[in-house]
Order: sequence, then structure tokens, then C-alpha cells
Amino acid sequence: MMKKTLSLIAPFLFLLPFLVSAQTSDDAQRKYTAFDMRSNGKIYVLTACILIILIGLILYLVRLDRKIGKLEKDSK
Amino acid sequence: MRKPWWKILCTILLVYTVTGGLIFSVPAREILAETIRNLYFHVCMWFGMMILFTASVVYAIKYLRSQNLRDDIYSANFARVGILFGVLGYATGYLWANYTWTEYATSGQILKEPKLLGAAIALLVYFAYLVLRGSLTDIDKRAKISAVYAIFAYAMLFPTIWILPRLMESLHPGKGGNPALNFKDSDARLRMVFYPAIIGWTLLGVWISSLKIRLDLLKEKSILQ
Repeated sequence: MMKKTLSLIAPFLFLLPFLVSAQTSDDAQRKYTAFDMRSNGKIYVLTACILIILIGLILYLVRLDRKIGKLEKDSK
Repeated sequence: MRKPWWKILCTILLVYTVTGGLIFSVPAREILAETIRNLYFHVCMWFGMMILFTASVVYAIKYLRSQNLRDDIYSANFARVGILFGVLGYATGYLWANYTWTEYATSGQILKEPKLLGAAIALLVYFAYLVLRGSLTDIDKRAKISAVYAIFAYAMLFPTIWILPRLMESLHPGKGGNPALNFKDSDARLRMVFYPAIIGWTLLGVWISSLKIRLDLLKEKSILQ
């Protein structure tokens, strides 16, 4: 199931940087708007990076959890 | 605990902690500035460690009463993950202090710092717990001796972490001097993220230990009743 969802998402991952740059490239003034990936010392970028790591780790834990659950089922 | 709701809660709380912890506004503090946000990360490591060690000692006592190896596995794995949290707390504390309250302190002051010494002693006592477990090969003897030692190690947390650092002069923010940095007058903005963060990180610790416990229970299946 994991593999299936991954293979569905993966082709679209390359679009991510375009989504970000689309917000900022057209107008220099937009750099300074309030809710923007480049505002406030780019703190939102940092937040997004940490969130990616956190969610990655949690997905890893979920997978481990499933694997151990399967082992438990098999050994019963 | 087999139901998944608390794992979902853990995920939500941690996502909230990171997002809110980095983006929400925080009160201005001398010296600390933006690093006050570390309250949601560094401090929560210690909270998680204390709660996991408490779980460990509860199961150690349970083992001594029941002589059931299952309790020994619970106790040992809670202690292991607690040590992991403690090491992470120490490492983040080292980095944080390096740029804040130790910046103008002399090395003599830092070496005498009761919080650093106390935490180091407490962690070393728990490292010795792992060494003790590793050195005994007889399963029942190992379980019994390490359960007794776990109670001793937990008792050592009281003076080293909870009492002595609060009695002595210290540069570390919190009790004992340096009231400008006192977290006791932390305000509602901090608490709004801080309390959920404690619960979130602790649940993560419990989740990791529950995986280790389940794996160990599978491994030792033949000798458990």
C-alpha cells in the first residue's frame, strides 16, 4: 500500500519548487508581503523543512509499527 | 494502548509544536532572544526522560512483585528510550548554552554548574544500568538485579535533577539566581505551545518504547508464560 501511494506521488514531487517560486518570482514587492515563504527571515522555509523531517520520521515509525504488528499476527 | 488514537494525537501535537513553536510570537527575553523557543524542544526532552524513567521504575517494582519477565522487558525498554531522551536533552542543552548563558561565564563557573553536573551524574547512573544488564547472562538474575538497580537509579534522580540544582547558585535559566531568565514567569504564549509539546514528545517516547517492547516480547516468546 505504501509503495502504491509513493509511486503515485513521486512523479509530482518535481513540481514542488515551481509552486514555491510561482509565489515570489513575478513581483519583487511580494517578497515583503506578510505570509510568504520568504518573509520573516525565511522562517516558514525552516518550519517546512523541520516538518518534512518530523513527518518522515513518524511515517517510518508507523511502518515499523505495522511490520511488528504483522510479526505478532504471524507468531500467534 | 493497542488502539491507534494516541499515536495520531502524538503526530498532531508534534506537528503543532514545530509549527507553532517556530512561527507563533514569543515574549522578548534577555540573552535568549529567539532561542526561548527551545523551551518546546530542549526542555521537553527532559520531561519525556523523567516520565519514561518513572514508567521504568513502576515496571521494575511490578517485576519484583510478580517475577514476570514481561515486566522486566517493559522496565528495560522504558529506561533505554528515557536515556535516549536524556542524551538528546544534554546535547541540545550544550548547543543552546554555548550561545546563551555560558557565553560570558568562565570555565570555572561552567564546571561548577549544578544542573550540568546533576544531569551528567543522573545519566551516568542510568548508563551503568545498561552496563549492568549487559554483563549478566542469567535471565532471571539479570531481571531481578536490574529491577533493584532501576529503583536505585530512579531514586538518584531526586537529588541530582530535582533537588540540588534548585538549591544552588546557577547560571542556567530557571530556579537558583538569574531571575531575568526565570521561566517561572513564562507567559501564556509560551505555555500554549509548551504543554502540548510535553505531551507530544512524551507520547513519541512511549511509542518508540512500545515498539521496542513488542519486538522484545516476540523475541523472548519461548520463555514468557
